[in-house]
Amino acid sequence: MTTFADETTRVASWRLLLRNPVTVVSAVVLGVVVFVAVAATWITPFGVNDVDVPNALQPPSGDHWFGTDELGRDLLSRVLVATQASMRVAVVSVAFAVVVGVTVGVVAGYRGGWVDTVFMRIVDVMFAFPVLLLALAVVAILGPGTTTTILAIGIVYTPIFARVARASTLGVRVEPFVQMSRAMGTGNLYILGRHIVPNIAGPLVVQTSLSLAFAILSEAALSFLGLGIQPPQPSLGRMIFDSQGFVTMAWWMAVFPGAAIFVIVLAFNLVGDGLRDVLDPKQRTMIEARSKR
Amino acid sequence: MTDPILSVRDLRVRIGRREIVRDVGFDVHREQTLGIVGESGSGKSMTALSATGLLDTPGAVVDGSSTLAGSTQLVGASPRLLRSVHGGRIGFVFQDPGTSLNPLLTLERQITESLETHRKMTRRQANTRALELLEAVGLPDPQTRLRGYPHQLSGGQRQRVMIAIALACDPELLIADEPTTSLDVTTQAQIIELVRTLQRDFGAAVVWISHDLGVIGQVADDVTVLRDGQIVEQAPILDVFDEPQNSYTRELLHARPLVGRSQPAPAPHDAPVLLRVDGLDVRFPVTTPVGKSTVHAVKQLSFGVRRGTTLGLVGESGSGKSTVAGALTGLVEPDAGSAKLDGIDVFGVRGAAQKALRRRIGLVFQDPFSSLNPRVRVQTAVDEPLRVHRLARGARARQTRVAELLELVGLPTSFASRYPHELSGGQRQRVSIARALAAEPELLILDEATASLDVSVQAHVLDLLADLQRELGLTYLFIGHDLAVIQQMSHDVVVMRDGEAVEYRPAAELFADPEDDYTRALLAAVPPARPRAAV
Repeated sequence: MTTFADETTRVASWRLLLRNPVTVVSAVVLGVVVFVAVAATWITPFGVNDVDVPNALQPPSGDHWFGTDELGRDLLSRVLVATQASMRVAVVSVAFAVVVGVTVGVVAGYRGGWVDTVFMRIVDVMFAFPVLLLALAVVAILGPGTTTTILAIGIVYTPIFARVARASTLGVRVEPFVQMSRAMGTGNLYILGRHIVPNIAGPLVVQTSLSLAFAILSEAALSFLGLGIQPPQPSLGRMIFDSQGFVTMAWWMAVFPGAAIFVIVLAFNLVGDGLRDVLDPKQRTMIEARSKR
Repeated sequence: MTDPILSVRDLRVRIGRREIVRDVGFDVHREQTLGIVGESGSGKSMTALSATGLLDTPGAVVDGSSTLAGSTQLVGASPRLLRSVHGGRIGFVFQDPGTSLNPLLTLERQITESLETHRKMTRRQANTRALELLEAVGLPDPQTRLRGYPHQLSGGQRQRVMIAIALACDPELLIADEPTTSLDVTTQAQIIELVRTLQRDFGAAVVWISHDLGVIGQVADDVTVLRDGQIVEQAPILDVFDEPQNSYTRELLHARPLVGRSQPAPAPHDAPVLLRVDGLDVRFPVTTPVGKSTVHAVKQLSFGVRRGTTLGLVGESGSGKSTVAGALTGLVEPDAGSAKLDGIDVFGVRGAAQKALRRRIGLVFQDPFSSLNPRVRVQTAVDEPLRVHRLARGARARQTRVAELLELVGLPTSFASRYPHELSGGQRQRVSIARALAAEPELLILDEATASLDVSVQAHVLDLLADLQRELGLTYLFIGHDLAVIQQMSHDVVVMRDGEAVEYRPAAELFADPEDDYTRALLAAVPPARPRAAV
């Protein structure tokens, strides 16, 4: 049974977002992560490559909150800077994937015909490679480094966005309001911008948050294998790799970078869920109704 | 008198603090049909579902009592008890036969399911029974159909299968929730007839829910009129029709589309032809598992619409009437034929001339729920034509124009800032009309524009359309399946069947003396003014 609000409901999305405690906590965590990503170099208590051998392998203490590694470098500082590096790689590569993938997917879904066939077969071919293998191939061709990592992850995630965008576009394209708009003589760009893209935004936002989470993981994996961000610049994956020899005597070397990956990935996923609920106007009314009770 | 099959007392349904159903009570006896009538949102489905324990809306709280056959209390019953009752002693038929059947199972599986569960029949016994049932509901060629799937059936046939499933275990009570609302009038008439026959044969009690008092008049012995979850009138069908006590009941009675009730204001005889369609032919290629074939949707159709008048295009679903609308608005590519709007070739123009032409033809679709973009406020939806055709410069001018348009269709101007989901079906359809009028079209194509609205809302929208035609001199191509509505709106009528015009005449002549059998069948299918009980 549908109920209709008596007055215009103009509650801003962010206020609704704040009504879900899980989302609020994740958003705060994500906020901290973003702050770290922006300000890491200014807030680190020690230099990331300040070697202090006498203090090597110190457990967490008042001086070194996260402890120190085998060369006596401050782990907190290294985790902060590594988070910055991981976030930069994840955000830039996913942004690349969103722009390219959504464009390809929307055009393929909206135009249909041979354009659709050609684009989607290319996407199928890209899908046929295992994610890490494709990334490895890109790194093998271009050589390891931050830019390569970004490109590799970006290329890997492009077909996912292309598929999500195309599938959603196919659904929205045949909606009567799109047909109506065409019957009015509206141009394709207006239809795409006003009717198609906003209506496929929900799944894309969710996919973006998931992809950011997985991009963090992919970057960590590549760096763990020595193919991602190169030393001496710290990266979360590399730090876990380096900790392998010391797991029995210095747990903190593996736990803190690992926990950082876990927290970032979880926060992205939970915020994505919260956003999805709020971005759908129908869901929005339901949330409002629920919270008014 | 024996115990009623279903006795409902003081039924209340709350969701949160909102009371959806308040103090509803009624009795249904064997071989009797109770009609529950009201608009969408009046709580009719909630009443029937909560009284039979089928309500699964999260957070809904049901109070009161509902007794099946004098002994079984259904309100607050255990899931186990309800499972044994549903399908066994109570059968259900829902509105949408398209989604009520499982597309992956054969009809046989779906019918025998409850027989094997409730009647503990063997597979073979159940199959025999399934065949009998399909014969009873009048499905052609039941033997082959048994092994078929739902998608191979038409909407009316699917509803027959739903009825067969509901009746499989000889239920004492049949709940029919808007069972004919999504069907054509002719199919509706057949389903009504079918349920009456089966009720006589099986002796079940029936609760029939509908928004249309005309339909209720054809099926019910007693009527309960619901409004905002409360009973406003409860009486035998004849009393409700002859001496309605409540003003709301009178309103519902008046809103029924009736053949011969009203006609549009006469059009000037010398009105020039605005739209001329000649030999329109449309074919669709369809890919099926057995290969490609073509559907011949419109065959050599010709008609003319005079300026300031309405041409009614009537036919059942699948008759090709919406394809005509699609071809005229550029959504469907015609294979042959010509259409001229004021001398301009509708199918031939390209570029700027085509855009200019689009402005002159407005379109309103059937479904008020999907024809508005859910992410766009009313303001943006209505001003789209203004932007596309550059009819108002600047945001201020567009706002003013949208306010004017909303007023024109009888909506408060404050609605401009609402989203479609904050509007009712009727309000949405008014917004669709406002949007279509924004480009100041000369011809408005109304493709089943009122078909999915409640009868009472439909009556208001039809009045609005008639007023607009008078005030703005609009020309309508009115597409519909209900001849009573067509008669109320049209000056000329084309009756379509299988893509062909079987009759094309001035409305007055056609309704006075229908020539074609099909036209007569369509006319006969409209629920008559008097309830069946009076005949």
